[in-house]
This record gives sequence, structure tokens and C-alpha cells, in this order.
Amino acid sequence: MRETPLSNCERLFLLKAIESKKRLDGRQTYDYRSIKISFGTDYGCCSVNLGKTRVLAQVSCELVPPKDSRPTEGIIFLNLELSPMASPAFQTNRQSELLVTLNRQLERCLRNSRCIDTESLCVVSGEKVWQIRVDVHVLNHDGNLMDAASIAAISALCHFKRPDVAIQGRDVTVFGPAERDPVPLSIYHMPVCVSFAFFQQGTYLLVDPCEKEELIMDGLLVMAMNKHREICSIQSSGGIMLLKEQVLLLSVSGTIWILRKEGGKFGFVESMPKERITALKREESLVEMTDVQETADQIISKAAAGHEVVPSPVIVATGTGQVGEGLQNTWGLDEEDEEEESGTKVEKRGTGSKSEYACLPVSVFLH
Amino acid sequence: MDSILSCFKDKVGEVVLPGDVFSLDLSDVENNTVKSEKIICGPGLRRNGDEILVSKSGILRHRSPNLYWIDSQQKRYVPAKGESVIGVVTAKSGDSFKVDVGGSELASLSYLAFEGATKRNRPNVQVGDLVYSQFAIANKDMEPELVCIDSCGRANGMGVFGADGLLFKVSLGLVRRLLSPQSEIIKDLEKLFPFEMVVGLNGRVWVKANGIQKTLIVANLLESCENMTPQQRQALFKRVAEGSL
Repeated sequence: MRETPLSNCERLFLLKAIESKKRLDGRQTYDYRSIKISFGTDYGCCSVNLGKTRVLAQVSCELVPPKDSRPTEGIIFLNLELSPMASPAFQTNRQSELLVTLNRQLERCLRNSRCIDTESLCVVSGEKVWQIRVDVHVLNHDGNLMDAASIAAISALCHFKRPDVAIQGRDVTVFGPAERDPVPLSIYHMPVCVSFAFFQQGTYLLVDPCEKEELIMDGLLVMAMNKHREICSIQSSGGIMLLKEQVLLLSVSGTIWILRKEGGKFGFVESMPKERITALKREESLVEMTDVQETADQIISKAAAGHEVVPSPVIVATGTGQVGEGLQNTWGLDEEDEEEESGTKVEKRGTGSKSEYACLPVSVFLH
Repeated sequence: MDSILSCFKDKVGEVVLPGDVFSLDLSDVENNTVKSEKIICGPGLRRNGDEILVSKSGILRHRSPNLYWIDSQQKRYVPAKGESVIGVVTAKSGDSFKVDVGGSELASLSYLAFEGATKRNRPNVQVGDLVYSQFAIANKDMEPELVCIDSCGRANGMGVFGADGLLFKVSLGLVRRLLSPQSEIIKDLEKLFPFEMVVGLNGRVWVKANGIQKTLIVANLLESCENMTPQQRQALFKRVAEGSL
């Protein structure tokens, strides 16, 4: 099928509407379309609806030898495909510029931001590592493919669980889902892309352009951010000259949007309990508690006997009082100086009680 | 034929699917017990020997005395001779323009097919303009051809248009409803505020109202009243009228 060209009257009308701050579907300049995220029955299958744009992502894993330059890291492979059913402009087997741009931006957003812990994907160093493969398919194109693809990819990665492995020396046993529960990936943060479209040489700006708005835009700025207010990647295309202040302002509005999105996302995930889709979760590790008591007793007996502690204040001699722990100082001063010292002791709390602290290291263990 | 007629009459207003067959019982005709009548098969119905086959899914409609057709819903346009459509000029080549009408091929529109156009006096048409024109030739074997004049040589409303205004796409069923003589949708819309509208049978509609906001309102209303019952539509229009005034 052929793609309909944009007529002059549509172009003029859209530009005039943008100048008077109106969009075709009644949104405001900074409004996103409604996002719906749904997960499939398999681990790692996620479908995102951004208005009428539909994107599907699927994650799978495989044990492969690692790259020579990085023997202890797993491999992440990202692949985005534009299906011909998404738009009449997409045709199979044609490497279009849009496809390359989207792939590259998705890689930068997910791989260079190091959101996934690749070291945890290593099974046998130098021989076997997990290769995580994310396939993103665009099912319908109504503008803003980048945002939808990034949301789908990161949601699918968070949803995905890989098989559990056990290593006995050089033998690796991979357990199926029936034998041992699959293990989720360790994800540090969730970068999501936010797209800004520019019109009239940067004078007007829209968030989340739909397809018609994308056809008439002058430039596009895609920012990948996470909810910790970190920018993971920025890409500007179209040759638009932006001022530094404009970019910073955009990053702020992008943060607000990400925080709102993060809150919204949890509401949509019906199939997953909330505590699973979070950042790095460490397993509870066992602590050796068996011989703590003996160790403690030994330490106490070996330490010097503490000084007598009497409740404060203590009148040492007429005219001097002592407040705080410790009756005698251990600094080894002469008897004559002691009385002067004891005078000054009143102001300083807790002096001369250094020894008490030394014999209580046990508290650190009993956590 | 009476048997077919009675089958048809039963099914008028009901949904039929492709593959439904209305067959004639030949023995009745030979015995002269029934009269033979002519039936005109409209779009969606096809005669296959002594049977009438349904080729599109939809509702069977009837107009007296003997016209039957299927009312179906689709968005893909197939060029047909005599239909008036809105096209977008994509290229100028030689002595004609290439116009996109939403079909499988680009249609060609000759320079001379405008009112008052001669070889010296070229029409003022640029790439990207909207044209309202009729199909002179449209069959599945040849490239379709458009003309902007009728058989008398007058423009009759056709030609380049639409300096302002918004173009959008709807389904073919809605377009036919808009173009019917007593269209209720148009009547309801007229009460809201004045606007100009050009409707092409290829599913494209162009509207222009007094201001961008009103144009957007009209466009969104038309797109949304596709699947609404008349009551829902009137309720929606009433809400808009109260909201915008």
C-alpha cells in the first residue's frame, strides 16, 4: 500500500494550530497520550499502547561464550523491527534511516546507561555467560515510536526471569522452571525515553508527537532519563539549534514526566506483585551466629577490668565535682595535676572513659 | 423467482456474510406457478448462474422496486467511475499531474481537464494541493484518470481548494451517510456553528470553520460519530454546544 503524502493545507493548518497552542487530539503541549502496559503469560513479554502506537517486546536468554574483551560479563542484544503492518511506509527488508536511528537510540538508552548488571549474567568466566536478547516489534505507528519502544523494552526486561543455574566446579546445571524457580535479572534503574518535537526553528515545542506532527516537525530531541533524575542519553536530530537553558528546562519537565510515569506503571501491572519490579534486590545471606557467645566472653575476659562506675555527679574534693562516666582517668598524669584535671573534667563529658569503649566490640557482631 | 424474493425480503435489514447463497428453485418457474421478476443486484451481491452470492459482509438493504445491495463498512477505497473524490497532488509529470486518491495506484489528472484551461493557459496547481475531481476512467486494469470538469466543460465545484482547513480520513460508510440527501449528521452539525465541508467518496473529508478551535471540534465530532446511534450523537452534540458557547 502506498503512504498518503501530507498536503499543503494540512501542514499549514497544523503549524497554525501549534502556534496557537492547540493539538489535533485536544492535548496540551506537555501532555502525553494515555499509556497502557500489559504483560503476556510468558516471562519477558510486554505490550505497550501509547495512544494508537503499539509496540511489543519479548526477552529471551541463551548460554553463549562471552566476548574475548569481556570474559566476565554477559551480553545484551537489542533488536527493533518495523513491521509492515505498522505503517504503509515500512516495507520488509528495507534498511531505512528510521530503523537505524531507533535501534541506535535504544542501544544507547539501555546498554550504555548500564541499567542491567551484566556481571551477574556470568556463569563460568571466560566460557559461559547469559546472552539476553530483547526483540521489539512495532505493531502500529502513530508517532513517537522511541518512547513506546523504550518503555516496552525496559518493562519486558524487568518482567523477565532467567533459569536458575548451579555451578559445581566446572559443571554447570541449568534448572528448568519446574525444578527451580527462575531468577529475575538484576536491574539497577529503569531508563525511559522522552521525546520532544520542535517546530518553526525551535520556537514551538511538543511532547509526544503523533504521526502527523512528526511529519511536519523540524527537529526531535530524545532524552533518556530515570526516576533518580539522571540523564542516560540525549539525542538531537534535525539540526535544530537549542540553547543550553532550553535543554535544561526540558530535562526538568522530562523528570516530572518520568516520575509520573513510574507511579502510573505500578498501577497497571496487575499480574506482578509490586515488590518484584524494583531495583537491585540482594538475597538474604546467612550470618555465622553459632560461636558468637564464646567469642564475646573471651574478649570480655581478656580485656582489662573496667573502672568502677558510679552514678554522677561525684564530689572528689571540696570545690570540685565530677560529672560523667569514669572515675579515674587513664592518662597516667601525676597526682598534683589530677585535681586541676578533675576541674576541667566537669566541662568535658565522658573524658577518661576511652577504656570502656575498647571492651565493647561485641556490639558490632550482634546486628 | 418469488422464492428468491421472499428469501431476500426476509433478510432485508439483517446481517449477511460472504458465502451466503440465495438459490432459485427452477422447478417452480417451469410450472408457471411463480412470476419471474427482475432483481437488480447492487454492491456486494453477485449473480452466479441461478444463484445470488453474497461477497461482502454487511446488512442487506432494499429500495423499491427491485434494487438490493449490501451496506458494508470498510476504509480501503477502490476507484470507481463517476465518483467524486478528494485527491492530493504528488507530482507533475509531462502534461498531467499525479494525484493520490487513497487507492492502490496514483491517478493521473491532465492539465487540460480544468475549466478554461488551454495549452497556453495552465492551471495554477502546486504539489501538495487538494483537488476535488471525478473519475473518468477507473477499472482494475488501467491507471485511473481524473477530470475536474463535467461533460459540459464546467467546473461545477471541482478543482483546487482548501487553503485553510483540515483534512482527515473516515470510513467509507460514514462518507456515504454524509452524502445521502437527508443526512441527519449534517443537520445536527449545522445547528452547532457554520462551517464549510468537502466530502470525497474515498473517505477524505475537509472542513473549515471560523477559527482553529471550531475546526478541530468539527473534525473530532465527525470522526467520533461513526459508530454512534442517533441518540448518542445528539447527546454528544448537545454537550459540545453547551460547552463551547
